[in-house]
Amino acid sequence: MSMSAPIIEVRDVVKTFGKIKAVDRVSFAIKRGEIFAFLGPNGAGKSTTIKMLTTMLRPTAGELYLDGHDVTREQAKARKSFGIVFQDPAVEEELTAYENMLFHAVLYGVPKAEQQPRIRKLMALVDLWERKDSLVRTFSGGMRRRLEVARGLLHHPKILFLDEPTLGLDTQTRNILWNYVRKLSQNEGMTIFFTTHYLDEAEDVAQRIAIIDHGKIVATGTAAQLAKQTKTKNLEEAYLKLTGEGIRDEVSEDFNGLNVRSVMRGR
Amino acid sequence: MAEVYILWWRHMKRYLRTRSRIIGAVGQPLLFLLALGYGLGSVYKQAGQGNYLHFLVAGVILQTILFSGVFWGMQILFDKRFGFLKEMMVAPISRLRILLGNALGGATISLFQGALVFIIALAIGFRPDNWALFPLAALIMLILSLALTSFGAGLASMVDDFQGFQAINNFLVFPLFFLSSALYPLTNAPELLRILGTINPLSYGVDALRYSLIGETHFGLAKDMLIIGLTLVVCVWFAVNRFNRLQV
Ligand SMILES: Nc1ncnc2c1ncn2[C@@H]1O[C@H](COP(=O)(O)OP(=O)(O)OP(=O)(O)O)[C@@H](O)[C@H]1O
Ligand SMILES: [Mg+2]
Repeated sequence: MSMSAPIIEVRDVVKTFGKIKAVDRVSFAIKRGEIFAFLGPNGAGKSTTIKMLTTMLRPTAGELYLDGHDVTREQAKARKSFGIVFQDPAVEEELTAYENMLFHAVLYGVPKAEQQPRIRKLMALVDLWERKDSLVRTFSGGMRRRLEVARGLLHHPKILFLDEPTLGLDTQTRNILWNYVRKLSQNEGMTIFFTTHYLDEAEDVAQRIAIIDHGKIVATGTAAQLAKQTKTKNLEEAYLKLTGEGIRDEVSEDFNGLNVRSVMRGR
Repeated sequence: MAEVYILWWRHMKRYLRTRSRIIGAVGQPLLFLLALGYGLGSVYKQAGQGNYLHFLVAGVILQTILFSGVFWGMQILFDKRFGFLKEMMVAPISRLRILLGNALGGATISLFQGALVFIIALAIGFRPDNWALFPLAALIMLILSLALTSFGAGLASMVDDFQGFQAINNFLVFPLFFLSSALYPLTNAPELLRILGTINPLSYGVDALRYSLIGETHFGLAKDMLIIGLTLVVCVWFAVNRFNRLQV
């Protein structure tokens, strides 16, 4: 396939859960090496789209391609092309931080000689090296998040999905993360697909942005283009104009979700 | 194979870090062995059946392997619930390997616990009839561990919550255990129990194990081995089939 072919392609994808249409005929394409942000209110369908792209969910209709592979039919090949930081926690609490990293390195095929140095470098980057031998069970929410982010950066895939990677992170760590991600994109040509609720992050980091609302993409372009299209001054205003000022009913649901999660953490 | 190893390694780490689980898992069979073995021993002897404790050892080893096998297979359910399954499921390796690593981990643990119960039985006076058959006993325990862990993994792929796990334990695993020949001989059992015991594959597992330990068999070793071999194949097939469909 040619280098100019999109590395991610989504065509008319639909995902329904019972009566809920979480994703409603979404289509987009992302160029190799691009940093792409997916913005939208709670429950808009961002995570669902990422889950379909990363073989975790099957689409109800439509086609998804990663690096030329049909995600539904060639799952194994598609999986070789990406890495992901999940929105929800996905660490093993009964392992230490280092063991979690090692588990990932081996499972995701990091060459043996590079495992130790890379783990060390990334754990130092997120300031967890000192705590490498602590069980993750004893970590604070933010520390877990930092571990998950470091883990997601361990193997160097062609595409990196980051689903709200900065959720619950302090400003310092957020800056470190985005600088590192930019470097990965520049030096390795890695394609980055991320979601966030911090519009300043999207404005600073993303080369292109899509805004999704109620399962439909309502606008795509650079931050400047989006402002221009909506005749507003910046991304934040454009975003609010496109998605409305009202709070989503999903917010309360989501809030409950967070509560359950923090209770589980507190065990 | 490094991936399969690391999946297995994670189970070992988890297991060895929680000693309470080791004690808990061995405690129940031990209770059965002591309470039933000694409690019913005299009744059993009066009925002209011989030494009940000796008869029971194979049954409680099976019990250990059954419950811990299904439990460790069901670890997949816990991983699904607490999110860690995602980390495994999107890894760039085949689902078959993911399942294999997890099943081998669970099987190792249940085999180890079965062996622990065997050692405890030795400590309270049990002696195998013929030590030369010990390798056979080990092989049977290995096959049963693999089969039952796979069975648990398959079930875990089908249910979504802990209530589902409870339901499976209460309505499937307990009946399978009590309606096998683990606790009583089928020979003189009432008609209904004998029929249920005969169609229950676990009866063949415990029968084979009993033969290798004390030389008694109801079905004959050849038939036993055939059925437990088949059970292994069916359980693995079931696990692969269910696990492949799993969405996280
Ligand atoms: N497994 C599921 N079962 C039923 N409904 C689901 C499931 N997953 C997602 N949904 C629904 O699909 C819709 C989109 O959810 P999704 O997680 O994609 O939102 P999101 O854009 O990622 O939101 P957030 O910003 O809150 O993370 C929501 O209405 C949600 O309730
Ligand atoms: Mg989301």
